[in-house]
Parts: sequence; structure tokens; C-alpha cells
Amino acid sequence: MRLPRTLLIGALLSTVFLGAALLSLVWTPYDTQILTITQRLQTPSAAHWLGTDQLGRDLLSMVMEGARTSIAVAVLAVGIGMGLGIPLGLLAAAMRGSLIDELVMRANDLVFAFPSLVIAILITAVFGAGAVNAIIAIGIFNIPVFARLSRGAALSIWSRDFILAARVAGKSDARISIEHILPNIASLMIVQGTIQFSLGILAEAALSYIGLGAQPPVASWGRMLADAQTLASLAPHVALVPGLAIVFTVLGLNLLGDGLRDLLDPRIRVART
Amino acid sequence: MIRYTLGRLLSLCLSLIVASLVIFAVVEVVPGDPAAFMLGVNARPDTIAALRAELGLDQSLPQRYLSWVGGMLTGDFGISYTYRTPVSQMVLDRIGVSLPLALMALTLTILIAFPAGIYAASRRGRAGDLGVMGATQLGVAIPNFWFAMILVLIFAINLRWFSAGGFPGWEAGPAAALKSLILPAIALALPQAAILTRVMRSSLLDMLGEDFIRTARAKGLSRRQALWRHAVRNAMIPVLTIIGLQFAFLLAGAIVIEQVFFLPGLGRLIFQSISARDLIVVESVVMLLVAMVILVNFAVDLAYAAVDPRLRARA
Repeated sequence: MRLPRTLLIGALLSTVFLGAALLSLVWTPYDTQILTITQRLQTPSAAHWLGTDQLGRDLLSMVMEGARTSIAVAVLAVGIGMGLGIPLGLLAAAMRGSLIDELVMRANDLVFAFPSLVIAILITAVFGAGAVNAIIAIGIFNIPVFARLSRGAALSIWSRDFILAARVAGKSDARISIEHILPNIASLMIVQGTIQFSLGILAEAALSYIGLGAQPPVASWGRMLADAQTLASLAPHVALVPGLAIVFTVLGLNLLGDGLRDLLDPRIRVART
Repeated sequence: MIRYTLGRLLSLCLSLIVASLVIFAVVEVVPGDPAAFMLGVNARPDTIAALRAELGLDQSLPQRYLSWVGGMLTGDFGISYTYRTPVSQMVLDRIGVSLPLALMALTLTILIAFPAGIYAASRRGRAGDLGVMGATQLGVAIPNFWFAMILVLIFAINLRWFSAGGFPGWEAGPAAALKSLILPAIALALPQAAILTRVMRSSLLDMLGEDFIRTARAKGLSRRQALWRHAVRNAMIPVLTIIGLQFAFLLAGAIVIEQVFFLPGLGRLIFQSISARDLIVVESVVMLLVAMVILVNFAVDLAYAAVDPRLRARA
């Protein structure tokens, strides 16, 4: 079977940035904690592939460490969304029509009504700026996404014959949810996971751009952009490099998500063409 | 329709009540005493006590909640602690920036998304469609504040067509005021236009598969005629929903863009109040924004039901 081209491009881009983030744990071209002011604002060269920033730090090393921050925050935020949202969605679907179902869905609607960035800013402002609070703030808004999606998907599985068979075999609703419903909706959740992952990276960048994300000395793409703003006319590459890193990562994840959806759900592929 | 409206109205009220409770709770759980939080670590105990009395912190929680909500219902949003002005006045001033900005961004969004979405749907699977879809992938991947920086770099710093930020105020004349909102509006519109283009395209493609399109084709309309006369109109329902949500988002979500361009809008008001620990402003303005989103959703639901009787029956 031929793999969708979007999947290949998406996987390639995502792997590059994931690889850069992992590599930065053990090695970066330069130490970003050491400032070499004499080397400041250099344009890309053989020594500094992406140039240096206003404090003489190597931009490639900064981007690698920034990738680590972005990916860590986004992965954990998606983890919160999946870890709480999917069980809630499964519960609502198993108890469809009941008061609990109604409560879960109404709570979802309510979270959707909150302007997410405003609330994220409120949370980080009240509880302090930092990566952990950014993760919580972004994660909260992932919960209703997964709850709603998993409920909808689970409802369509509940009406299938093999669920009836499981019922006849004497399995409880909880066991059916875990053993039969969850595996059948897993691919959909993974696809949504990659989309939320990319949204998480954008949200993290926005939060750290306004100073409420990861704090120095932890490198983050959003803060690199905030630092670069006043220098953009002097040294445009300082503003271009972190921005392009965000664009390519988000683009890669979105393409990966689209490609996975095409791959995992043949019906959509047929319907699309 | 009346029963449906009453039902939606009930859920609207419930949403507003729960939302106000949540916001009240978040601000209440500020670590420690809100008065001490607002005044910072170096405040003298008697200053803190005075502020506690002013904020009504000596009252019980339910009393404070009720007086806050009661005040908002009568248009009294409290007095800003840092600026010593009524919050309602500050909000009105800031809406003078946020509302035109949101309207401009939304207009741009629609101007880009409608033609692009219709074009892509009419060329489904061909080069034009792939080009538009590729552009929308890029549009959602570009952080709008970075796009804003690049716009400033090109159009303000290099070409000098616009100023790099700030708002001259409406006193400077509508032309100058609107001009200062153009770059921010473009930056805000980019990701929204990409999203709306995709919605427009997929909604149109859904419609093109419907029986009434086949009927229209069967009676002799060309593919293009069927698209324009029948599909576009029917495809508008999901598109209008998204536009409603985008408008609410643009009003509240311009926070980062307002920061890039130093615009005195609602988002920046919240951000500044948070930095100044002015919880009264934060609490009231956040509630106002949430209420606005809930009201827009309510209006969209009703408009939906008015257009499509099937939705009334389902509810």
C-alpha cells in the first residue's frame, strides 16, 4: 500500500524536530548558558550555522533546546487532555442519555466558551509563570476536545453487534469500554492527538512570547521571538529562525495528523477523492 | 420554536452562572490573601487591611459573589485598584479599539476565505485546490504574532507605509486610527482565513454530494451554475457558525497581537491588569469576554434553528 505523501513529509519534519529535541539532551553545538558578547548577532556561517543572537549564543543550539521545551510542554498538555478527556468521554458514552452524560457534555460546552488564551494567561498569572503552569493551562482546554470526540466515536461503536455479543458474554459496561470501545477509537484519538500537539506548540509559543511560559534560563521559541522583536531590523535572522522552527514543526505535525487519518480511516480516503 | 428558544435560554443562564462561579473561584484561590497579592510583598499591614475593607474581603464568600454579580448586572463592574477609575469606563474605552480591530480582521478573513474556499471546492483534487489547501496548511502553522513581526519588519520598518505600533486614538481622525489597525488586522486574519477557507471548502463539497445538486445538474445546469446557485447558499450554515465563533475569538483573543502592536485593546487591558495584580479588572473583564462568547453561541444556535427546522425537532 502506498503511503500518503502528506504523511511522509509530516513524519519527516516531525522527526527532525523531535530528533533535535532529544539530541539537545546530550549535545548541542554550543553551550547556551555561556554568553559570548563579542560574537553577538552574527549571520549564519560555518561556525554558527544559523547565526548568533544578541547575547552571542548559537541560534542552532537555542532552537534545539527550544524544541525540547515546546515538545515537552505540548506532549504533557496533550497527555492531560487525553488522560482526563477520553475516560470522561467513554463514561458519558457508556451512560448515554443519563444525567452524568448530560453533565459531562454541558461542562465541555462551558470550557469551550472560555477564551482559552485569556484563561491560560489568568492561570499562569495567578499561579505564577512557568512551564508547569503553562502545561496545565493548555492541558485543561484539551480535555473537552478529547471528551467530546471520544464520546461521539464511542457512541457509534456501542451500537455495533460485537458489543451486543460482549454484553451477552456478561461483560460490564466498564470492561466493554476498556476492552472493546477504546481500541476501536484509538486511531481517531491519535490523529486528534497530533493536531492538539501542534496547537499546544503554538499556544506555548504565544505564552512564552508574552513572558508567561518557560522562564529563563530555559530556552523557548516564544521568548526567542520576544527578544528578537526589537532587533528584527538589525538582524532579521534572529527573528526568522525561531519563527520558522515553529512553522515547520506545526506544519509537520498537521501533515502527519492528516496523513495518519487518511491511512487509518480508508473510508475518508475514498470519500475524499 | 418557542420551546426550543426557552430551552436554549435556560442553558444560556446556567452557563453564565457556572462561568461566573468558575471565574470567581479562580480569582479567590489566588495563593493567600487577594489584598496582599494585589499589593505585593512590601505592603504594610494597615494598607492591606484598608484594601481588604475596600474590596469587601471581610464579608463572607457568598455575599461577595452576589455583590459582584449583582453589580455586573446593573452595569457596575467595580473600580480598578491601580487606575482608580470604574472598570466599565475602561472597558468602553478599550472596546473602541478591540471592536473595530475584530471587525476589520473578520472582514479580511471573509474576503480571503470565501473566494478561496469556493475556488478550491470547484477545482476539487486539481492543482488549484491543492494550492489553496497547501496555503491553508501554512496559514494555520504560522504563529500570528510572528507573522505580525514580519509585517512590521517589511511594511513599517523597511517600506515605512505604516507605523510599527501604537494607537493614535479616534481623536486623531478615523483614517489615522484605522490605518494603525491595518497590520494587526492582517496578522489576526491570516490563521482565521485559513481555517474558514477549509470550512467553506469542505461544507461546499458536502453540499455538492447532495441530491438537490444532482437534480440541478439533471435539469441542465452546468457544474459551475449548480455550485453558485444551489450549493453556496446551503453551505453557508456551518460557515456562519464558524464566523460567529471567530468573531468572539477575535474580540478576546487579540491579546498577543495587541501586545505586539502596543494597542490599548481589551486583551492588553487584561494582560496589564494581571501584571499589575488588579484582580477586580481581571475578574470583571474575563467574565465579560466569556459572557460575550456564550451569547454569540446562543445567537448562532437560534439563527441555526430559525433556518433549519430539523434542529428544533432534535432538541
